[in-house]
Amino acid sequence: MKADIILSGVGGQGIVSIAATIAQAALDNDLFIKQSEVHGMSQRGGAVYSHLRISDKPIASDLIPMGSADIIISVEPMESLRYLPWLKEEGWLVTNSIPFINIPDYPDLNLLHSEIEKFPNHILINADEIARQVKSPRSSNIVMLGAASPFLEISLENFEQAIKKIFGRKGERIVELNIQALHAGREFSLTHKEIK
Amino acid sequence: MEKLLLLGAEAIAQGAIDGGMSGVYAYPGTPSTEITEYVQNNKIAIERNIHRQWSANEKTAVEAALGMSYAGKRAMACMKHVGLNVAADPFINSAITGVNGGLVITVADDPSMHSSQNEQDSRFYGKFAMIPMLEPSNQQEAYDMAYESFEISEQFKVPVLIRITTRLSHSRSGITRKELKSENPLTYPEDPIQFVLLPSNARKRYKGLLGIQSAIEEAAEKSEYNKYIEGKDKSLGIIACGIAFNYLMENYPDNNCPHPILKIGQYPMPYSLLDKIVSECEKILVLEDGYPFVEEQIKGYFDKSGKITGRLSGAIPRDGELNPDVVGKALGKEIKQYFKVPEIIANRPPELCSGCAHRDIYNALNETMKEFGKQKVFSDIGCYTLGALPPWNAINSCVDMGASITMAKGAADAGVRPSVAVIGDSTFTHSGMTALLDCVYENTPVTIIIADNATTAMTGGQTSPATGRLEEICIGLGVKPEHVRVLTPLPKFHEEMVKVIREELLYEGVSVIIPRRECIQTATRSKKEQKVKTEEVAQ
Ligand SMILES: Cc1ncc(C[n+]2csc(CCOP(=O)(O)OP(=O)(O)O)c2C)c(N)n1
Ligand code: SF4
Repeated sequence: MKADIILSGVGGQGIVSIAATIAQAALDNDLFIKQSEVHGMSQRGGAVYSHLRISDKPIASDLIPMGSADIIISVEPMESLRYLPWLKEEGWLVTNSIPFINIPDYPDLNLLHSEIEKFPNHILINADEIARQVKSPRSSNIVMLGAASPFLEISLENFEQAIKKIFGRKGERIVELNIQALHAGREFSLTHKEIK
Repeated sequence: MEKLLLLGAEAIAQGAIDGGMSGVYAYPGTPSTEITEYVQNNKIAIERNIHRQWSANEKTAVEAALGMSYAGKRAMACMKHVGLNVAADPFINSAITGVNGGLVITVADDPSMHSSQNEQDSRFYGKFAMIPMLEPSNQQEAYDMAYESFEISEQFKVPVLIRITTRLSHSRSGITRKELKSENPLTYPEDPIQFVLLPSNARKRYKGLLGIQSAIEEAAEKSEYNKYIEGKDKSLGIIACGIAFNYLMENYPDNNCPHPILKIGQYPMPYSLLDKIVSECEKILVLEDGYPFVEEQIKGYFDKSGKITGRLSGAIPRDGELNPDVVGKALGKEIKQYFKVPEIIANRPPELCSGCAHRDIYNALNETMKEFGKQKVFSDIGCYTLGALPPWNAINSCVDMGASITMAKGAADAGVRPSVAVIGDSTFTHSGMTALLDCVYENTPVTIIIADNATTAMTGGQTSPATGRLEEICIGLGVKPEHVRVLTPLPKFHEEMVKVIREELLYEGVSVIIPRRECIQTATRSKKEQKVKTEEVAQ
């Protein structure tokens, strides 16, 4: 088993929690992990990404080589396209459809969506709305994790366990809300991934 | 033993704690900050009461660590690469004094300048100081090296330098811990004048340092971190330092590299292993993240044969960090790329948070400066450096910590009026206080704005030793109390801020303006933590 994952978004959108949850789930499965993330300057509302690699064999590089990521998981549509050179030919592009606009020259959203829709293997999901539907508006990042989960060889139970570990400190209610967000995101992808 | 998922920086911290460290001394700086933060939150460190409070700057950090080593205990000082410039004086001299308890200096370099002003390579400092140096290739080695480093330091009686780069520092992986060692007891140096670098003693001590060079070279030769990996195809030999080894192996997924490899993790460079690979192979490729430190030395001055390749020869780009693709290209591998970034994608640079006090400061300063002309504002390093970008374009310099005040002074000496400095509270106590003293000493006409957000925000909101004592410091250094002006940077006080700044710009002497409002990020965080705490109490 081997998965090379690129996570992307804007500083402060919570891609670190997605990465931490996947890494925890992988660790519980006795898999090898390398997860590189961005700290410092670019965190202030700038573009941020993380390379997450999991495998049943030891992993050499902390960075994913170009053209070899299995999946890009993005909490922001424009950011999902920034790391395309890393995606492999048959890789999946899984992204939130709701933009985070903090620059004056943000591109036309319809154009962005149509760029994303060009990919045969894409999931474009309104994670913000789904998070609101499950009454956890802050969990759109975990909705995205749920949406990506069918493409990762890690069981749903493993993800649930990982969420319990990562969010446990914040109380049972937060754990419950995040698990619902996970399920809702997953459900969306399971129903949409066959329709091309 | 349990497996922990740790950043490279955290692995160093855990290794140092388990290796019997009694104190960490540091000033924050990306990508080194997480080492000290990990110690601050670690259970064993708290139980043992390991020293873990921030220092005012990197120089004070290294000196305090040296003092702890004098007292026989194991100490580590941590910093980003440019921090070692600040600490260079105690660092170089600590190699001459030698140590009592193990002393380790951990420096995180930032090739590609993700969050820095330059991409200097700290290995030159290690060579300059003539001390043993360790460079881990992965998180486990980072842990192991930190764990063993104190013993190496105590064995040779000199400090040890650990060098990491951004990617290792900020990448997580599983590590296995070793047994927890006890701390050293308090002891005094055997020789009471060991640390007295009067010329007569310094000469003696320096000869001692020269005398152990062959022993530390031999240790590097025998180190398990320097490994010769045989390969049949000797048309090429590859030397890989630190993390470069991982990028190399990524290009040979099943460990099937046909060429001999020399993996380097401990310096001084292992001479006989280098000799072996260079004489065995027709061509050499040197892979190192940072400057061409090894390449330059083995190539020498007169070799024009082209046998040694790397950053100097152009096989690898001269600047920027390594990655698996850069290395792959140098090995003649084909780079895969199936998709391009669509043209509509815009840049998204970092920006000041909405509601940040620095925004209000620059709005007021820009309006005031309209009347006084352009290019007269010197600044410094911190979140407020983002004032260099649109929409403010408010500052004209950012060089090194504290330089805003001293550059404003020099410019004022040259005739610039008004001459303005904008500096953060933490940067001010790091290196601005002596600069202010220079201004006071000559009553130089400068206006210094200390943007006090009660934290070291740029690096993630560490405490700032300036908090609660800025006015006293400035007045104590000799600024006239009526020219120390405290403001509240909020849009509703805009007019007042403009008025006060204007008054001080017109004053022919030293004035300090302190716009004071807490950083939004730390304020929200402490509110949240407060909430969690009260909920825990309620339960
Ligand atoms: C010698 C040196 N040490 C550390 C750093 C890293 N660094 C850059 S800005 C900064 C702190 C800035 O804090 P402050 O001056 O209070 O400004 P703020 O970010 O809070 O606005 C630090 C630690 C550096 N660039 N150079
Ligand atoms: S982190 Fe704090 S100081 Fe930095 S931009 Fe945000 S609010 Fe301002």
